[in-house]
Amino acid sequence: MKFPKAKPASPATRALEVVPPSGPTAWLTTFTAGAMTFLCVFALALSLASGRLATRWSEALAKTATIRLSAPTGQMQIQTDAILATLATTPGIASYRALDDAETRALLEPWFGPGLPVEALPIPRLIEVVEAEQPYDSEGLRQRLAAEAPGAVLDDHTRWRRPLVEAASRIRLLGVLSIALIGATMAAMITLSARAALATNAEVIRVLRLVGAKDSYIARAFVRRFTLRSFAGAAVGATAGLIGVAALPAADAAGGFLTGLGFTGLGWLWPFALPPLAAIVAFLATRRAAFRKLRELT
Amino acid sequence: MITFENVAYSYGGGELLSDVSLKLAPGSFHFLTGPSGAGKSTFLKLAYAELQPSSGRVTLFDHDVKSLSRDDVARSRRRIGIVHQDCKFLDHMTIAANMALPFTVSDRESSPQDMEDLLGWVGLKHLAGALPPQLSGGERQRAALARAVIVDPDVILADEPTGNVDWEMSLRILTLLVELNKMGKTILVATHDLNLIRQAKAQIQARVLRIAKHRVQLAGADL
Repeated sequence: MKFPKAKPASPATRALEVVPPSGPTAWLTTFTAGAMTFLCVFALALSLASGRLATRWSEALAKTATIRLSAPTGQMQIQTDAILATLATTPGIASYRALDDAETRALLEPWFGPGLPVEALPIPRLIEVVEAEQPYDSEGLRQRLAAEAPGAVLDDHTRWRRPLVEAASRIRLLGVLSIALIGATMAAMITLSARAALATNAEVIRVLRLVGAKDSYIARAFVRRFTLRSFAGAAVGATAGLIGVAALPAADAAGGFLTGLGFTGLGWLWPFALPPLAAIVAFLATRRAAFRKLRELT
Repeated sequence: MITFENVAYSYGGGELLSDVSLKLAPGSFHFLTGPSGAGKSTFLKLAYAELQPSSGRVTLFDHDVKSLSRDDVARSRRRIGIVHQDCKFLDHMTIAANMALPFTVSDRESSPQDMEDLLGWVGLKHLAGALPPQLSGGERQRAALARAVIVDPDVILADEPTGNVDWEMSLRILTLLVELNKMGKTILVATHDLNLIRQAKAQIQARVLRIAKHRVQLAGADL
């Protein structure tokens, strides 16, 4: 019989070989990493979409303001002219215009129906203001309007904008928290799995110790196996998650938030970071579990 | 090599070994005998630092085992070949790979020629590619002995190495141990097989120790 020659394997590969290749915990690690990464892709998509939404709402509402003028009939045009004159000399305003009766009627039509006699009703005059790149001083403008047109009220949408942006920001925070929780759960599951594997392989560990293996060597063998399993599971999970996100409806204005729940541009690269991250989590969790268990197995 | 100074070991509230003093000199051959449960395996475990003495001092290569770190113990084990009655292997690896384990765990390469020679020496060359569960009791013992000596250890500790094999195989294993002793290795064999001890004493100078009443004593001429 020809003597089998030793394979020219690296020390790391040989360390991997001393742990039995399969075990009851093998599928658990891979499945956990895959499932958690799949969920993580969606949490990431939610978080990124919420961030985009918060930015979009913030930018859209921040650029416009409305001046609402309520004045007696005789004063309405005089104060309107005064407001327009004030706006013309206010820095930081890109454009402004008073809405005519037809536009006002169109705004009220959803509530009062068509044919509303706007001119016969004491409806406030609305003036739309668009902010320039350099924003105007809203407090200064308020004071000047109070002096020039006492019936004018400047509404810069802060009232509306703040809760919307806060809501979107909190959804984004929830997404980030979800990712952290998913990571922690994955670490806990892999830790349990690693401890179970070490307990199952107590006899293997005994043999390795008898022939002079250090704890670091034994731990390395288990850590490498669990890290590779987690990476493989996470790669499958991330791929499935990406396919799932890609299958979501494309973003459109009518769909609003729900149809914007995906990745855009470089955001598509984020899920590719998840398998290495899962491997790092598995590496740290298994290493910690291995050294603790090895001390117990003395 | 290995010294015991007034060593005691207690287990479960009772004293298993008491006031044991012994020195395993380089190149010596010792048998350790005594009834089952007398503490032979415990003595060996104290000798390779798997157990710590309850009192007294065990010195391994001039170092008190209590002062050794876990890594130091692992390094010391590389200088000791250990053979058990229930010799354990990694069942998913071939006999050749199992024999190379002492090299593998210290990130060193084993020479294929040395491996082939060693397998030939223990008569297992034809089983190099076999898995441990495919081997008989005697073959497993010889493979364990080969694994114990592959890194050229200073000391070989064997716990009932002939416990699971027939007389013919016992003599074969004894012959291997005697050859190792003649090569300068320090040997300590725990056994209850007095015929084996007599057979060995016919070939070499071996001291026989007996565990009785928790103490290790030099056995008399009745052996």
